[in-house]
Parts: sequence; structure tokens; C-alpha cells
Amino acid sequence: MFRKLTGVAMLGLAMLWLFPLLWAFWTAFRPREQAISWTLSADLTFDNFITVWNGAPFAQYYLNTFLIVTVILIVQILTATLAAYAFAKLRFWGREVLFVLFLVQLMVPADILLFPNYNVLRDLSLLDTKLGIMLPYFASAFGIFLLRQTFKTIPHELEEAARMEGCSWWQILWRVYVPLARPTYIAFGLVSVSYHWNNFMWPLIITNSIENRPLTVGLAIFAQSFETGAQWAEVSAATVMVIFPLLLAFFLFQRQFINSFIHSGVK
Amino acid sequence: MGLKQSANLKINIYAWLLLLPSLIFLVLFTFYPVLQTLFLSFHQADLGTPEPLFNGGENYRQMLEDDVFWKVLTNNIWFALGTVPTSIALGLAMALFANKVLRGKGFFRTAYFYPTVVPMIAVANIWLFIYTPEYGALSHVMEWFGQKEMNWLGDKTNVMFAMMFMVIWKEAGYFMIFYLAGLQNISKELYESAAMDGARPWTVFKRVTFPLLMPTTMFVMIIAITNSFKLVDHLVIMTKGGPDNASNLLLYYIYETAFSFWDQGMASALTIVMVGLLLLVAALQFFGLDKKIHYN
Repeated sequence: MFRKLTGVAMLGLAMLWLFPLLWAFWTAFRPREQAISWTLSADLTFDNFITVWNGAPFAQYYLNTFLIVTVILIVQILTATLAAYAFAKLRFWGREVLFVLFLVQLMVPADILLFPNYNVLRDLSLLDTKLGIMLPYFASAFGIFLLRQTFKTIPHELEEAARMEGCSWWQILWRVYVPLARPTYIAFGLVSVSYHWNNFMWPLIITNSIENRPLTVGLAIFAQSFETGAQWAEVSAATVMVIFPLLLAFFLFQRQFINSFIHSGVK
Repeated sequence: MGLKQSANLKINIYAWLLLLPSLIFLVLFTFYPVLQTLFLSFHQADLGTPEPLFNGGENYRQMLEDDVFWKVLTNNIWFALGTVPTSIALGLAMALFANKVLRGKGFFRTAYFYPTVVPMIAVANIWLFIYTPEYGALSHVMEWFGQKEMNWLGDKTNVMFAMMFMVIWKEAGYFMIFYLAGLQNISKELYESAAMDGARPWTVFKRVTFPLLMPTTMFVMIIAITNSFKLVDHLVIMTKGGPDNASNLLLYYIYETAFSFWDQGMASALTIVMVGLLLLVAALQFFGLDKKIHYN
């Protein structure tokens, strides 16, 4: 009985959770005159998407976001792998202190330092550049933390064996540690990509041109160019366009994503 | 120098070189900016003063007298109190259910988790249409139940609840994932022996599951608290902090002070308060709560 009740409650919760997404999709495909009315009819249209695509440079925004997200992920993986290996496997002077310093970044992430980092970027003359959007995120304490946990579980004998066969340190890292930590990399990749795809305040502050603006900022500017709710259908279509690529990827690879997360040593 | 010492030195250099790339960015975009901001917070630096002018604790004094500062600070604390425990509890419930459910495991996980991959700015657009009076989805639903029209975003009391609910919706599924991972680490034998003793489900949860998930809860709590201070994207779209600062939060106020009013000295002082607040929370967790956790 108790089990049945929780089942029903959790199903209701799932429906409630899905509702905003379904509603956004529904509105995006409705003719604009009918978007705000709550009547069921079979009218569906693709016009809103065409209007949006022609109304703002979304192709450029897509490209910008794609570039930003990719470069950040690649650099983060490189820096985090090296640092995580040092923290997990080497005993060196200042290790504890350094580790605490990295933990501080978990508590005080770059997002909170909006104004301070704006000044740093201005001093580096990197305002309104894609590099400027990316730079503060090149070191990821979260990534280092995750990978360190995983690397710690990899037995030392594997490294010894590889060294016997004459592997250099980076070969050991590349051939022993990286492949064994694959689930962690996938989990971290998911978090990093969705985080930077979604990032808004930082790029809003430092970008000023279409060439450098990511999707989120483009969407906000597009949504705010309308004063009232008269353009719901268009704003919904733009919203759907922005969220669609990540959502599709997630729906397709849901099992792999969640399983790698579960087995990545996050705990 | 002995052989052992030189090997030690080599490992030290090697380790520091591995850490160097991360360290450079950590210093450049976390530690250096905080110190520079601390310095600037003791200066007058606004549109009227192009060169920062030392003014002692004047910014901090003004801040303490600023009603808006106290308003956004209390708002932020209520926002944290309203979102952190609820989204963590909901995330745990989702994980416990999605871990056990026999049919539709993928459906439930997806339904709960997907808001994580939707940008906050898109969330704000969608929920703005949900909360809009008269035409919004919520007002239609309330109409079905014969309820009176409610103004969600334009009302000083309602707006905070509307924001909290939206953020809980956005975050709970993310926390579920950490709990799903944590649940995998609890050995099956514990549950088997509990079942042999005839323990009731609630007892098993209280005595086995919950204590052993404590490390996960700590980690999730850190993320949740930081999020409650850094999530302000939606304010840009939905309310701009209004009505009358009822939904304004600390980081958004910093953003306004720095980039709308261009008062850099005050923005610095506010940032220092925010950093101090987050470090205080971290220290409390690290030295206080951490002792009560059983790591296995």
C-alpha cells in the first residue's frame, strides 16, 4: 500500500517536472495568435522558428557557444588530469595547503567574482573576446577533485608494471590512468558542458558584440526585445532552439551519462 | 646531498610542474582578484573619481546603513533556507525511488534530471510564461480549480516563493544523481542483515541509508549553498530584483552596483562580504558538521 502510494506520488512529481518543458515545446509550435490562449486545436506551425532564425544571428551564437564549451572542456581536462595525478599519487612539499587552496575555488567559484574578474580581464585587455569568457574556467577544482578520487582507487602495481616496460610518466598517465578513469571523464564532461552552455552572467558582462556572444546572452537579448507577452510563441521557439541540442544529447545518451556518473566515484 | 634527497627534490619539482597550469589560473582568477577587490573596497572608486581614492572603511560604513544591502542579504538567506534543504530532500527521495523502481527507471531519471541541462536563462523564459497573470499556465490551472487570480511575480510576498519553487525544480534532479552514486557504495549485505532482523523500511533508512549517505549530503550541501548565492540569471529576465527589491539577491545587487551604478568601491565591499560569507559557511561545515560524519 505504502509502496503504491509513493509510486503514484513520484509519478505525479515526474509529470510536474516534465510540464514546463512540454509547455514550452507546445507554445513554440503554435501559431502566434493562439499561443496565449489555452484552447486545444490541431494548429501546429514551424513559422516561429523561421521568424526567430531570421530575426537574430542565432547561427553565430551557436558557433560561439560551441567553440567556448569545447575549448573550456579540453583545457580543463588537461589541467585537471595533471593536477589530480599529483594530488592522488605524489607526496610533495605543500600538498595539504595547496589542496585546501583548490577547495576554496569550490566554495568561491568564478561566477561569484563577477566584478573582480571583470577588472582582471580589463587589465589583460581581453574584454569582449571568446578567450576572455573561457579563461577563468581553465582550472576546475571540481574536475581535480573528481579525478583525484578516481586516480586514488587505481592500484599502484599497474603503474609499476608500466614503468618496468619502460613507459615514461606521461605514457603511464595516458595509457594507465586516463583509460581507467573514463566514466569520471564522461561525468565531468557532462557537468562541464552543461555548465558552460548554460553560463550567462559572466558572458553578459564581458561581451559586447555578436561575434563573441554565446547563445544564452543572445536568447536574453532576443527575449527582452519584446515589451509584452505578445510574442510568446517566438520567445518560446527561441528558447526551445537554445535548449534543444543539449536536451537531445541527454535524452539519447541518458543511460550512459547517468551510469558513468554513478560509477565515477562521486560520493 | 644524498641519493634519497635528490629523488625527493625531483618528485617535488615534478609535482609542482604538474600543478602549475591549474595553479596559474586559480591564482589569476580566484586569489588575485579577491585580494585586489579587498584593496579596492577601502577606496572611493566611482564615476566621479577616476583614480581610486583611499577612504578607509567608508564603503563598509555606507553599506551597513544601506537598507537595500540588508534587504538583499536577508532575501538571500531566506532563499538559501527555502531552497537548500527542500531540493536536497527531494533529490534524496528521487534517488531512493529511481534506484528501486522496477519499471520506467530511465523515464523517472530523465524526467527528474533534465532541468539540469536547461540553461537558467531559458528556464526563466519558460517560467515567466508559467507565472504570468491571466495568460500564464499557472493561472489557467488555478482557474480550473476555481481559485482566484494570483499575481506571482508582481507581488512582494509571492515573488520569493515563485523563485524558490523554480530553483528547486531546476536543482533537485542534479542532487539526485549524487545520491544515486552514493547509494551504489552502500553494501548489499547491510540491507540483507537488516531484513533478517526484520527492520522496518523507515528504520533501515534512518539507521543505514541516511548515515552512510552523509558524505554525499555534505558534498551536495556545499553545491546547494554556493548555488543559492550564485544563481541570479533568472532575475535579469523575470523581475530585475523587483518589485521593490523583494526578489533581489546579493550577487544581482553587486552586478547592479558595479555595472549599472558604476560604484566600484561599493561593489568591491559587497563582493568581499559575499566571499567572507561563503568562506564562513565552508569553515562551519569543515570544522563543525564534518566531525559527525562516518566515512567508510
